[in-house]
Amino acid sequence: MTTIEGAAPAPTDSATSGTPAPGPSTGLRKRFFGSGEKPGFLTYGLLLAFLLSSAYPLWWSAVIGSRSNEALGETWPPLLPGGNFWTNVGEVFDTIPFWLALGNSVLISCIITVSVVGFSTLAGYAFAKLRFKGRNGLMLMVVATMAIPTQLGIIPLFMVMRTLGWTGEIGAVVVPTLVTAFGVFFMRQYLVDVIPDELIESARMDGASMISTFWHVAIPAARPAMAILGLFTFMTAWTDFLWPLLVLDAGNPTLQTALSQLQSARYVDYSVVLAGAVLATLPLLVLFVLAGKQLISGIMQGAVKG
Amino acid sequence: MTTTLNRTAEPAAVKPKPTWKQRLSVFDVKASPYLYIAPFFILFALVGLFPLVYTFVVSLFDWHLLKGQGDFVGLQNFAEVLQDRFFWNSLFNTVSIFLLSAIPQLAVALFLAAMLDQNLRARTFWRMSVLLPYVVTPVAVAMIFTNMFGEQYGLINNVLGNFGLDPVMWKSDTLPSHIAIATMVNWRWTGYNALILLAAMQAVPRDLYESAALDGAGAVRRFFSITLPSIRPTMVFVVITSTIGGLQIFTEPRLFDPATAGGSQRQFQTTVLYLWEMAFQRQNFGKASTIAWLLFLIIVLFGVINYLISRRIATADAAKPSRAARRRAERTTR
Repeated sequence: MTTIEGAAPAPTDSATSGTPAPGPSTGLRKRFFGSGEKPGFLTYGLLLAFLLSSAYPLWWSAVIGSRSNEALGETWPPLLPGGNFWTNVGEVFDTIPFWLALGNSVLISCIITVSVVGFSTLAGYAFAKLRFKGRNGLMLMVVATMAIPTQLGIIPLFMVMRTLGWTGEIGAVVVPTLVTAFGVFFMRQYLVDVIPDELIESARMDGASMISTFWHVAIPAARPAMAILGLFTFMTAWTDFLWPLLVLDAGNPTLQTALSQLQSARYVDYSVVLAGAVLATLPLLVLFVLAGKQLISGIMQGAVKG
Repeated sequence: MTTTLNRTAEPAAVKPKPTWKQRLSVFDVKASPYLYIAPFFILFALVGLFPLVYTFVVSLFDWHLLKGQGDFVGLQNFAEVLQDRFFWNSLFNTVSIFLLSAIPQLAVALFLAAMLDQNLRARTFWRMSVLLPYVVTPVAVAMIFTNMFGEQYGLINNVLGNFGLDPVMWKSDTLPSHIAIATMVNWRWTGYNALILLAAMQAVPRDLYESAALDGAGAVRRFFSITLPSIRPTMVFVVITSTIGGLQIFTEPRLFDPATAGGSQRQFQTTVLYLWEMAFQRQNFGKASTIAWLLFLIIVLFGVINYLISRRIATADAAKPSRAARRRAERTTR
C-alpha cells in the first residue's frame, strides 16, 4: 500500500531539483517532446486538453443553469454565467422536494457507510487474522460473490420489500447494501499485512476477550483502510439510482431520483434542469476538494490489491 | 508464542471439569470468527442469493406485478423471450453501447495513464483533474449530456451548425444515440480507469525501462514491449469490471429520453431498461425475471470468455518477454 506512494516521489524530487532550468543545449524539440527525465510541453498540453474536456460540461451546465432557456438556442454557447441562477434554483425547489431528498440521501448514505465499514472490518479481520475451520473456503465464496451481478435479483427483492410494507421507506434502500463482498475482501487484503500476529497474541495473553482484541488492536490498525472504504461506499450509495427509483415514490425520494423528475416534467425548462444538476453536484465537489487525495490513493490501492 | 497459547488450552483438556470462565474463553475463541463473518453471509443469503434463485422460480410462472403468482408455465417465458424481437434488440443495443464505451475508454485511459506516469510537476493536481468527472453522479451526467446532445437546441448540434454541418439526430437515430450514451459513460469513467492503470504502471520496475533505453528502445517501443505486457493483469481487471457494469447500464439510457423506455423506436433500449419496462410498465414479473436470468447468464458468459482470453494471452506471450527482460535488467544491475 505504502510502496506506491513511497516509490513515486523520489525520482520527481531528484529530477526537478537536479536540473533547474533547460540549458542552452536543450533544443526546442526536447522542450516540446520532453527528454527521458522530464515530460515536455506536449504532455502538459494533452493533460490540459483532457482537463478542459472533463471540466467543460460542468462549466457549461453552470453557465446555462444561471441563464434562461433561450441561452440554449444561441448558435455559439455563452461562456460566462448569467444572473439567473437563484431564480432557477427557486424553480428547482418548487418542482421537487429538494431538501427532503437531500436529507434522505445523506441519511441513507451515512447509514450504509457506517454499516458496510463496520461489518466489513469485522469480517475482514476474521478472515485475515483468526484461525477457524473452513476459512479458506468461505473466503473463496466471498471473492466469488463479488463477480455475481446480484442487482439482477431486483424483482424478488422488490416483492419482499412490498410484502414487508417497506416500499416508500428509506429502510428498503438501506437494508440490501448493509455489507458488501467487496468491503470484506478489501479489509481482509489490508489487514492481513498490517497487523502483526504477535500483537493479537499478546493482547490475548493479557486476558483480553476476542471482541476487545478486535476493538483495541484491529480497529486502530484498520483506520486508513476504513476511511477509504467509507469514502467509496458513500459515493456508491449516493449515486445509486435504479433501486431507489423502484422502491421509493416521488413523495419521498433520494436526491438522484428527485433530480430525474426534473427531466421528466411535461414542460422541461433546461436551464432549471441544469441548475438542478449543478446544485446536486456541489456536495460531492466539496467532498472531492476535501478528500480528493484519499480518493486517488484509494483507487490506486484497490487496483494493485485487487 | 504458539506454545504458550496451547498451554492455557491444555489444562482445560486434561482437567475433567474446566472452570466456567475457561469454558467461556474457549467458546469465545471458537465462536467469535463465525460471529464476525456471519453478518455478511446472512445478508448475502437474504438479499443476494435468495433473490437470484427466486428470480428463476418467478420466471417459471405467469406472474403479474399486482395480481401476483399465476399459473405454472414451465419454460414458456424463456421460449417467448428468446423469440422476442425487442429482447434481441435490447441485447444488440447493450453490446453496441458497451463496445462504444469500453474500447475507446481503455485506449484513452491507457494513454492518459502513460502521460501521468512521468515526472510531472503538480502531480496530485493532474491526477485530481482526471478524476473530476467521477464525482458527478450518473443522473447528473445524464441530465447534462442529454441537453448537450439535444436535437434541436443542443450544444453540439448548434456548434455543428456553425460549421455548416447538418444536425445529427442524436436521439432518433440508432448509432448516434449509442454514441451519445457511450459518451456519458466514457466521460465519467475514463479518468477513474486511468488511475487504476497508472497504479499498475508505477509498479513496473524502473530499471526495466533504463536497460531498454540503453538498448536503444524509444518511448513508444518501451510502452508497447514493457509497459503493456507488465500491466496486463490490471487491464483484464478493468475490462472485466467494465463488462459487468456495462452490460447492466440503465441510468443513462433511461434519462436520455425520459418519456420513453429507451427511445420511440427502442433505438437505445438496453436490456436492463427492457427488464424495467417489462416489470413495472407492462407489469409482467414472470417475463421480467426471465430477462434477468438470461442477462445473468450472458454476463457470466462474458466473464468466462474474458478470463479465457486473458489467460491465453498471458500464457502465450506476456510471460516470456517480460521474464527475459527482467533477467536482463537483473544482469545490468549486478
